[in-house]
Amino acid sequence: MNKYDVLVIGGGHAGCEACAAAARIGAKTALITHKISTIGEMSCNPAIGGLGKGHLVREIDALDGVMGRVIDKAGIQFRLLNSSKGPAVRGPRAQADRELYKKFMQEALREQKNLDIIEGNVEHLIIENGVIKGIKLDNEKCFYAKSVVLTTGTFLNGIMFTGHQASVGGRVNDVSCKGITAYLKSAGLKVGRLKTGTPARLDGNTINWKILDTQEGDKYPTPFSFLTEHLDQPQIKCYITATNEKTHQIIRNNFSKCALFSGLITGIGPRYCPSIEDKLVKFADRASHQIFLEPEGYNTNIVYPNGISTSLPTDVQEEFIHTIKGLEDVKITRYAYAIEYDYVDPFELNHCLKVKKVDGLYLAGQINGTTGYEEAGAQGIVAGINAALYALERNEEFIIDRSEGYIGVMIDDLITKGVDEPYRMFTSRSEYRLYLRADNADLRLTEKGYNIGCVGENRYSVFKQKKAELERFMKYAKEQYIQSKDIDSYKLPIKKEGGKKTIFNLLGCDDDSRETINALFPEFKSVSKDVYEQICIEAKYAGYMKRQNSDIELFKKDEGIKIKKDIDYTKIGGLSREMVSKLDKVRPETIGEASRISGVTPAAIMAILGYMKNN
Amino acid sequence: MSSSTIYALSTVYGKSGVAVIRISGEEVLNIISQMTNINIATIKQRHAYFTDIKKKNTQELLDKALVIYFKAPSSFTGEDIAEIQCHGSKAVLSSILNALSEFDNVRLAEPGEFSKRSFYNQKMDLTEAEGLADLIDAETSMQQKYALQQMEGNLRNLYTSWREELVKVLTYLEAFIDFPEEDIPENLSEDILNTVFKVRKDIAKHLQKNNVNERLRNGFRIVIAGETNAGKSSLINALVKRNAVIVSDIAGTTRDAIDINLDMGGYPVIITDTAGIRETENPIERQGIEIAKEKISEADIVIALYDASTNKNSEFKALKDFHGKVFYVANKIDKVSQENQNNIDAKKHIKISAKYNQGIDFLTTAIIETIKDNFSLSSNCLITRIRYRDALEECLKNLEIFNLDKEIELAAEDIRLACRAIGKITGSVEVNEILNNIFGNFCIGK
Repeated sequence: MNKYDVLVIGGGHAGCEACAAAARIGAKTALITHKISTIGEMSCNPAIGGLGKGHLVREIDALDGVMGRVIDKAGIQFRLLNSSKGPAVRGPRAQADRELYKKFMQEALREQKNLDIIEGNVEHLIIENGVIKGIKLDNEKCFYAKSVVLTTGTFLNGIMFTGHQASVGGRVNDVSCKGITAYLKSAGLKVGRLKTGTPARLDGNTINWKILDTQEGDKYPTPFSFLTEHLDQPQIKCYITATNEKTHQIIRNNFSKCALFSGLITGIGPRYCPSIEDKLVKFADRASHQIFLEPEGYNTNIVYPNGISTSLPTDVQEEFIHTIKGLEDVKITRYAYAIEYDYVDPFELNHCLKVKKVDGLYLAGQINGTTGYEEAGAQGIVAGINAALYALERNEEFIIDRSEGYIGVMIDDLITKGVDEPYRMFTSRSEYRLYLRADNADLRLTEKGYNIGCVGENRYSVFKQKKAELERFMKYAKEQYIQSKDIDSYKLPIKKEGGKKTIFNLLGCDDDSRETINALFPEFKSVSKDVYEQICIEAKYAGYMKRQNSDIELFKKDEGIKIKKDIDYTKIGGLSREMVSKLDKVRPETIGEASRISGVTPAAIMAILGYMKNN
Repeated sequence: MSSSTIYALSTVYGKSGVAVIRISGEEVLNIISQMTNINIATIKQRHAYFTDIKKKNTQELLDKALVIYFKAPSSFTGEDIAEIQCHGSKAVLSSILNALSEFDNVRLAEPGEFSKRSFYNQKMDLTEAEGLADLIDAETSMQQKYALQQMEGNLRNLYTSWREELVKVLTYLEAFIDFPEEDIPENLSEDILNTVFKVRKDIAKHLQKNNVNERLRNGFRIVIAGETNAGKSSLINALVKRNAVIVSDIAGTTRDAIDINLDMGGYPVIITDTAGIRETENPIERQGIEIAKEKISEADIVIALYDASTNKNSEFKALKDFHGKVFYVANKIDKVSQENQNNIDAKKHIKISAKYNQGIDFLTTAIIETIKDNFSLSSNCLITRIRYRDALEECLKNLEIFNLDKEIELAAEDIRLACRAIGKITGSVEVNEILNNIFGNFCIGK
């Protein structure tokens, strides 16, 4: 058996979501990975979520993806970041037991219908006349499919650096993948290099925990998945330490030995995840930098020191780590390294994450210039769904736009702006931040996912129930007026001026008034906690949402106008040569997308519209 | 939720007597009912009404004009449209356009927006509108011509400085939101509030000051500033060619600011003579100096006058925050040797002798040119100015509701929208700019 609808190459976070999504759509899918035992490996920090990233996981979950459910089972410390700030900018985060995460991820994939898992090193792509036909392993065995999703992560020509020592590989103890890049290049794709890094790992048994500050998880942990009712795993503590002058001195003395500063690494690394040597250069006046010591699981003594990734040689790592409080006698179980890998310029992609120049070929994850498990998973689900739709000849596309989700923001940013460093999600990237919240990801995406076929009946029925309850009580809250005498007698924090006030108005100023509302409107007692919170959030943002909704409406209009794929920009009068070359590079698929390319003016947009109408 | 109602001058401004202002959107009937004598209950579409055009609320008469109403969807854009055919004079046009901008949810159209709306509503057949792109291109390049790069240096610096202040605030707010676990200082709220408050105050003042209509009605303000005894009053006398203020050789004679109205090249001008700015213990004189600083802040043009003979080239510290046009004028040139005169940079300084009427014509011409450049109401300039005004008002509106007592994401939203508004003049604020600032200023990456 070597014929499938969809092949997914790579078993990282993008690959896992991609193959599961394609299989959920109903495509006969195979995941091909070089090592089955490392499917779902957390190659860097043992944590999922955060600001923007947590939002992405919620969206993956709303589309019935696997990441949210798996982290809920494998999480060992849950924290809702920004819990003191408003709901739009709260992001769930959890530290994972690395082994449990892998175990539950592999379990989830094994249980997935329509999905085979195959071990093998893919070295060749079979592309004929601009159409992908399949792949070939290093042992010459071929697999054929109508569509292929590449999720190669850091494995594409991966080179790891520890000091001046370079070794070939996609991850410590793993081989790299050398062949695929040549096929991508010969298909006309622009390929570049990016870098990232990971810190050393420490033996927890040799850390002096007693003298360190601790960081606890939330008392009431917030799960990622809309389907998780409660979290079962016992919660652990993290510890905090910091670098000091002595540490800095050692690192400074050895600057010349870093791969980064000596010019060995040419790829650009993420600025929000700088190595410790980067931090010392950029913030030279700081005497200390924080380090979080995060245990990697229940049954392991390995600890992840968050904040000191480096490309210094091993002897310098030994020396500087031992100057840090609590780590004086620590045993390093694995040294830090930087890794450089190939990525494809995301201008080559469309909103489905399909390569524009090759039919049936989809890319997801770090190969598109992003960083992070969540960013990878989110692309994986979109690429997997679209690869399946294409393979099944459904003649549909699954596109999430900027107003629907962070997934849409990310993909749109990638394909209209390109990347110059590994792309990570932040809430500030979204112009509709008040609407794109972690709490309403299901309301934004589950229906859409169900309609395309990637959301199962179980989730959909849970969702429908919630939605019906929300609609019912939202209407109720907006229609029930609070008597003026009740405002006085309950001392409600709501102004009496400007017309009669509803429950909704009250919740907008005070979301703690549930008791009062229950007393005044007994019918409201039956509202579930989830739905009550939704109504409060909507009420709180109501004034701002009005404006945001009208912005979204305008945005949608431009998004709705498709540009023909074979449009010849040189034939459009009134476009400057510079404009033509920009448009030609990105080849936007909608008017909205075209308008977000930097330098494209309203006049150019009108010229394109005029030309389209004429032809 | 509907989109805004838009208006624009749809005829090219020229010498013809009639101009057409077009309004499109849901507020059209409301505008007709409040600005004309037409009864909207019985209004007929495609019918020309001859009516008064009045200012909303005050009912001040602006013009008598023809008004035609086109009911949606049978109109160019597919929305309700009103066409006002009014007199083409700059004063009339400017007052009607301003009156329109006073309605809620009504704003000046973006370039090409009428056409775009008709396209959305499938009204416009672009094959018929040949050369439409050229037309819009022209509209946009015209706009670009008057956009920031071409703008007068002072104004550009001013708007850019506001933008930078707001970007700084936004950078901090966004860092505080997106990097909660990182080392972001938490004690910046006072700085933020002060910055926003200052920008808000500056914009409000600027809007008040740069009201072209007000200037045409009441005159452009020229303030003469300088050291005591630099000859300010003599200069005014020379300018008005009559003795309007006391002239004496005792330093500090003019204690209060004195306003003189005159006509320069057809423009109404108010020239203000100020107290000499110097350190003094005399309380009355000190009060005069305060008034002088206040007057400078309200001026369109400042003449910074100094005595070339004593060469007390004062530093004009009072002009530090002034963003209008400044003329540096060296007075008493008659007392200066030719050799020393040559040392004065003629490009930056105008040499005069108020007493002997030397260089006064040159200065007068320079002032008139400045007024023309900055305040004339050619249609391009008028539209550009209204656009700036709209953008600044929008910016101000968001700054006014900003505070740090609300949720931080809402406070950030206020500043984001304020930045977006000012970005329409100065170039938009991109996420990458904010992120660059964050990574440049804060040590991110635990």
